[in-house]
Amino acid sequence: MNYSRASIKSLRDELDAKRVSATELAEYFLDKAERALSLNTYLHVDRGLTLLQAKEADERIARGETGPLTGIPVAHKDIFVTRGWRSTAGSKILADYVSPFDAAVVQKLHEGAGMVCLGKLNCDEFAMGSSNENSAFGPVKNPWNTQKIPGGSSGASAAVIAAGLAPAATGTDTGGSLRQPAAMCGITAIKPTYGSVSRYGMIAFASSLDQGGPMARSAEDCAALLDAMAGFDERDSTSMPAAESIWTGFSKASALHASTGAPLQGVRIGVPREFFAEGLSTDVASAVESAIREFEKLGAVRVDISLPRTRLSIPAYYVIAPAEASSNLSRFDGVRYGHRAKDYRDLTDMIERSRAEGFGAEVKRRIFTGAYVLSHGYYDAYYLQAQRVRRLIGQDFQDAFKSCDFIMGPVAPTTAWDIGAKSSDPVAMYLEDIFTLGVSLAGLPGMSVPCGFGTDNMPVGLQIIGNYFDEGRMLAVAHRYQQVTDWHQRAPEAFP
Amino acid sequence: MSAIPTGWEVVIGLETHTQLMTASKIFSGSPARFGAEPNTQASAVDLALPGTLPVLNKGAVECAIKFGLAVGSTIAPRSIFARKNYFYPDLPKGYQISQYELPVVVGGEVAIVAAGAEKIVQLTRAHLEEDAGKSMHEGLDTMGVSGIDLNRAGTPLLEIVTEPCMYSTEEAVAYARALHGIVTWIGICDGNMQEGSFRCDANVSVRRAGESKLGTRCEIKNVNSFRFLERAIDYEIRRQVELIEDGGRVVQETRLYDADRDETRSMRSKEDAMDYRYFPDPDLLPLEISAAWIGEIHAGMPELPQQMRARFVAEFGLSDYDAGWLTSSLGHADYFVAALNALGGEDRRGAAKQVANWMTSDLAAALNRDDVDIAKSAVSAMSLGKLLGRIADGTLSGKMAKTVFAHMWAGEGEADDVIAAHGMKQVNDSGAIEKMVDDVIAANPKSVEEYRAGKEKALNALFGQVMKASNKTANPAQVTDMLKRKLSG
Repeated sequence: MNYSRASIKSLRDELDAKRVSATELAEYFLDKAERALSLNTYLHVDRGLTLLQAKEADERIARGETGPLTGIPVAHKDIFVTRGWRSTAGSKILADYVSPFDAAVVQKLHEGAGMVCLGKLNCDEFAMGSSNENSAFGPVKNPWNTQKIPGGSSGASAAVIAAGLAPAATGTDTGGSLRQPAAMCGITAIKPTYGSVSRYGMIAFASSLDQGGPMARSAEDCAALLDAMAGFDERDSTSMPAAESIWTGFSKASALHASTGAPLQGVRIGVPREFFAEGLSTDVASAVESAIREFEKLGAVRVDISLPRTRLSIPAYYVIAPAEASSNLSRFDGVRYGHRAKDYRDLTDMIERSRAEGFGAEVKRRIFTGAYVLSHGYYDAYYLQAQRVRRLIGQDFQDAFKSCDFIMGPVAPTTAWDIGAKSSDPVAMYLEDIFTLGVSLAGLPGMSVPCGFGTDNMPVGLQIIGNYFDEGRMLAVAHRYQQVTDWHQRAPEAFP
Repeated sequence: MSAIPTGWEVVIGLETHTQLMTASKIFSGSPARFGAEPNTQASAVDLALPGTLPVLNKGAVECAIKFGLAVGSTIAPRSIFARKNYFYPDLPKGYQISQYELPVVVGGEVAIVAAGAEKIVQLTRAHLEEDAGKSMHEGLDTMGVSGIDLNRAGTPLLEIVTEPCMYSTEEAVAYARALHGIVTWIGICDGNMQEGSFRCDANVSVRRAGESKLGTRCEIKNVNSFRFLERAIDYEIRRQVELIEDGGRVVQETRLYDADRDETRSMRSKEDAMDYRYFPDPDLLPLEISAAWIGEIHAGMPELPQQMRARFVAEFGLSDYDAGWLTSSLGHADYFVAALNALGGEDRRGAAKQVANWMTSDLAAALNRDDVDIAKSAVSAMSLGKLLGRIADGTLSGKMAKTVFAHMWAGEGEADDVIAAHGMKQVNDSGAIEKMVDDVIAANPKSVEEYRAGKEKALNALFGQVMKASNKTANPAQVTDMLKRKLSG
């Protein structure tokens, strides 16, 4: 079996049949990552720590205390803090930082589910970016074409899945950071409803938008992972309990009309006309159109809908997210931990220099923007106005869901671009987020499913947007699609 | 207290930070205790480690609700926590979580008595917030470093803000004392000003008498006793009036009170006032308080001072003055109730009057003389109750009891210990008293003659002689009766 391309379910079967141990699996993926250093995906690997967790998992398996994920390796975006592995958020300001505690997600996947951590993954600094070029530790390369960006900010999380360096990874999504890299690397990812995955231990970018989620080879794998990640956490005041578990919802929806030729009968798919307007490249449009036709073949009905404020999601997001970020990043002052400037005159100078040296250009740009929109005299015109727009965008989605069950469209207007192509034009980069921002502002679940390739042979992602806490059904619908297509099983030539 | 300079008016508003007596901090589970070793009471949340999030302590909200109920405020059904952004080494997150536009407590009134007049001080609002840590320079500056103690970071505070409605130092100090009485009475704050549990900032402005527009105000910080509050405001009034009379202009600024030099010093002016970039904290949901929750807390509220005062008047027939004094603090009220219980007896009204008399006279004098709080009284409520019990059972005369009280205050133990040690048991044996009376009558024929001639005062002299002969132990009532009977016979 090629473990690099295996689903979590098949790895589970191998582990349960004792054809492979958790330790052997961990070693396989660590070795594989070691041979793919040029992708620049891992920021910190500690073989000893990983093998210790693998040994624990093997002991659990030997005792028969096996869950669906026990012994399965997982790599974490470096936004999640971990004991043992460094937690840098892709920033120089936290270059040597080691957390005394595990993030809720890390804890749940390790202590709860028995997964084995492979290490920490590169990302845009503090998750700010759409290309993974904003990492203080260098850009991540796309396994499909190493001249290209992998998307961002969870770029390395998507790249390790695409390159077969890990069967599962965690990511975070503030304005599209799970969905867009998944699309650009041809893998599956889901950003759940805001509040369903605890933010405790996720280094904050924009608190009202940040949400963790899984990245994997298929919707079914994502369902198993999200099931283990989600759940109420009293340490996160914005955490919310769901009525039923992800896996229950997924299983129930998957069983519906399972034996018929039209398993998606009765499912209404809303296609927003604003998602197919100018700026969308034709190859992405045609791949997405074909995917929607595939859903129709499975019995779903296409409904034309409108999300009229789609364009407004960009300015609203780029006011709210920087505003929250400017405050969230104030704790990085060189006083208690993190980078501290070597030379300084006084306290103020120490804080100023430590931050000037520790933060990268994009982070500084967003802190400036955020401080500006919150300042006296500008607050109403920018921050409050953006919050009003945000409410209206949420209302647009609720209006749309009156006539459909899911919304489908592209994740990003284009396929992955060349490294460096847009790095000097932040606004052009921001425009790439147009189809993902609204979902984040509304707090809705959204996923990315591989649905074809562009003329440049780079992957295209289909975005599926559901209503609050409807992840189980969304994943089941995506799973149906993946049962009749093989886009998600394609592998880059260089990483078979 | 100093008078307001002639031709001038003073307007004062107070902002008081009261540290709430919750077991843990307002947004973390760390204990909120004073005086521990630096940084031993600070968790990952208090240190603002990456990935940590605040979780609101319900106990702090209950304290705010209790306060609101005690002063007749509106408890906001929905209030918002906001971030106040600024950099300071002892502010771990780079922002303080506070309440800005929508505070939890709105309005309210505090009754005060200043210069003999009753007055109502209007409250603007009270809001919940977290305290910062402490920068430590002492003993470290020689090493060229400063220390930071984050034990206090995250301690819950209720900031109580008045309208600018006090017109003299006396009123401001009376308000501060009354507020101190309320927050300690309802048990939300220990009131320890030395440890910073109750900190007043005073906004002071002056204007020419008759003017309606408020003058430019200065905020005075760092006042940690009522005496310093009085001195700081007095100093500030003088400073502002002199400044204007000399043709100067008051600049809006924050001033620090220096108790050693008894003056206020400029800390920062409005020009360098920071833009705190307040915005709703996205890590915390709006604070929603249901009517049911308020009802629950209301049901568990202790009797408030005004209610207790009225009850003391009605139930025990105490004077309004005595009842007011006994309810001037929770310590006084607790002492009164405990002493009354220790005294016991059938006649509750009589007993209550007796306890009240003793507390407002001998006890008050002793507390005042030694400048101690009633909670730390050298004679406990229990001990006073037992002492008064010895009057009731005839062991001691009222006068003897005063002497016993003085010995008790000096640390000689309980009333019975003092009575035994000093042989102060009252003589109630009528035979023994009769003999002493006969001896005194025989030895003082002149006084006897005067008394019989209608000079009532002469009886006092004879009475004094008998008491002296008995070494002040004879039952005075019996002595008086016996004297009158013998002399009229």
